[in-house]
Amino acid sequence: METKEQKKDILSFTNSLKWNIGEDFHDSLTQSIYTDASKIADEVVKVQGERKRMPLDGKIDKIVTSRTLGFPIMLLILSVVLWLTIEGANVPSSMLATLLLDNIYPFLKDMADSIGLVWWLSGFLIDGVYLALAWVISVMLPPMAIFFPLFTLLEDFGYLPRVAFNLDKLFRKSGADGKQALTMSMGWGCNAAGVIATRIIDSPRERLIAIITNNFSLCNGRWPTQILIASIFIGVMAPPLLAGLVSTVSVIVIALLGVFFTFVTSYFLSKTALKGEVSTFTLELPPYRPPRILRTLYTSLIDRTLIVLWRACVFAAPAGAVIWLISNIHIGDESIAEWAITNMDGFGLFFGLNGVILLAYIVAIPANEIIIPTILMLTVMSTGVDGYGEGAGVMFELDSMSATGDVLRAGGWTLLTAINLMLFSLLHNPCSTTIYTIYQETKSAKWTAVASLLPIAMGFVVCFLVAQFWYLLGG
Amino acid sequence: MKNQSHNNCEGCEHFNAGGLKRLGLDVKGFDFVVALAGNPNTGKSTVFNALTGLRQHTGNWPGKTVTRAEGGFSYNDKKYKLMDLPGTYSLLSTSQDEEIARNFILFGKPDVTVIVVDAGRLERNLNLALQILEITDQAVLCLNLMDEAKRQNISVDERSLARRLGIPVVATSARFEEGIPELIKTISDVAEKKIKCQPYRIQNIPAHIQQAVDQLSHRIEEDYPNIPNSRWIAFRLLENDKRVIEALENNEFEIA
Repeated sequence: METKEQKKDILSFTNSLKWNIGEDFHDSLTQSIYTDASKIADEVVKVQGERKRMPLDGKIDKIVTSRTLGFPIMLLILSVVLWLTIEGANVPSSMLATLLLDNIYPFLKDMADSIGLVWWLSGFLIDGVYLALAWVISVMLPPMAIFFPLFTLLEDFGYLPRVAFNLDKLFRKSGADGKQALTMSMGWGCNAAGVIATRIIDSPRERLIAIITNNFSLCNGRWPTQILIASIFIGVMAPPLLAGLVSTVSVIVIALLGVFFTFVTSYFLSKTALKGEVSTFTLELPPYRPPRILRTLYTSLIDRTLIVLWRACVFAAPAGAVIWLISNIHIGDESIAEWAITNMDGFGLFFGLNGVILLAYIVAIPANEIIIPTILMLTVMSTGVDGYGEGAGVMFELDSMSATGDVLRAGGWTLLTAINLMLFSLLHNPCSTTIYTIYQETKSAKWTAVASLLPIAMGFVVCFLVAQFWYLLGG
Repeated sequence: MKNQSHNNCEGCEHFNAGGLKRLGLDVKGFDFVVALAGNPNTGKSTVFNALTGLRQHTGNWPGKTVTRAEGGFSYNDKKYKLMDLPGTYSLLSTSQDEEIARNFILFGKPDVTVIVVDAGRLERNLNLALQILEITDQAVLCLNLMDEAKRQNISVDERSLARRLGIPVVATSARFEEGIPELIKTISDVAEKKIKCQPYRIQNIPAHIQQAVDQLSHRIEEDYPNIPNSRWIAFRLLENDKRVIEALENNEFEIA
């Protein structure tokens, strides 16, 4: 058995030896390892004829990481992926809506009536919980089922490290780690995943910067919001043939704005609260590998689409219940929801938003995914648009984008509201899962608070500026 | 003729059908723990999936696995728990992914550590392999991505490599499940101590450092006679590795 004395002995012996080894210990040891490794490799590796560096790889890399073409190609690829998502999601989305809302919903209602369920229980369960779930599935499943496999194919092919390579210089200029380009790209899938991925960053300073700015990557919960609002308000201003393209461009502008804010915030943090040297790293460009398409489809559907959808449902069900409750519990003449919307409307308009949007963000704090359904429901309820929905707190059926647009316009929405909603969706606090993940990773309440509050503060400032500018121009 | 070679294959103990059962996430009551280590982007997660039958997502980018993932398989009635460690270039720095990998091999004491290397980039990959061999002497080198190496006209003399490193070497192309049965057989042989490893230890260390390391590792062995990696601990102590110092103070190196 060991005694304390002996262990201390090893440590003090270590300290006395340190005098002999000099300061270059780490480097000498690394050097020895390298020498050994290269000696062994020389003995056993044979190159027949000429070593080919994957002939195609070199050519592709020359183009996709080139100074002139690198960025345009990145934009082009992102555009194609988004465009396919926007154009492709429409049809299955409305099919799902028809099934879940036009057919199953009335069936459930009839059944509740026939077994004599009390009105408030059937309202709570079917109009609240079920409709919220149906909405989330029909709005989110199709775009995710297209976006994720495409993104995963790019990932498997080996394109993402090239993106990191292209962005590396910009990140270092912002005082951050080049690897942040990778965690940022992960954030485009899911911010919580992006935050966990920052573990690849060695320096705690640069890691914090990467964590705080990850929220500026539009996550899959927010892509559908962006895509829907862009299609309804911005796409319709263009001639029908170009509508898809125009919506795509406006979503890309928002995504790029996110990248811009990532750089600005990183720069700001590295000059103020998180000062320090930029560390260097070597980024390996892996060989391009032809993706195994079926397996990719399988894993991206199982690992990403269904998991994300499940998470959305878990949050949407209680949110649907809450929406139904605040719309049906009255204080005096007004329901809680109406009361909150009226009171926040002035504050909202100041920022080019409205009371409905603010209330929707409060209700939907657990998950970004359910913002749009919540907004629609609250809009109908507070403005009493005729012909849509069946009563207070019901997330009703809207099987086409134009119907959604009609409701929103009837609720007093303008182009400014749409633009600011897109901006606010980019710049607001992370979802509860991400906030929790940030706390897990940093173990610091202070930095968790910074990461949560900084984006929302920026969101209000940006929306305010845009709104004031808009009003000034008489828009 | 053709028929016969087919039969040979089935009769061979390497053949898949015999004792292999992929257990996916079911890792209860296992007999052996196997760690999967290696550089980023060497196809570690693909090897992991091939062994466990899981379909963990494998992205073609470095640093995909940042936490450790676990799964299991059973072979010849023994259950193996497999840990997929984060891919790292070395174990000498202090980023979190390196610590996770290092701590698991050092303190988790896996029965076998499979070092996955890219056959086309052997020299760079060996840096990590040599460091791992300082920590554990129960290891298998999985020479992966053989298909890509072949396309680059690169061939590796597996036998010489195995002799040099003192551990078994198995060539694989995990994406196409090539070499996986052999890998499983070898893992089991090392776990059951049917193969005795005598791992290579880093040479070419400058004399003054070598001397200090020798003295210190002897001193460590005096207190812990059965410790397999006194030299590695000496390296780390001399480099002031806080976690290793803490482990020493808390008796974590005590051999049960």
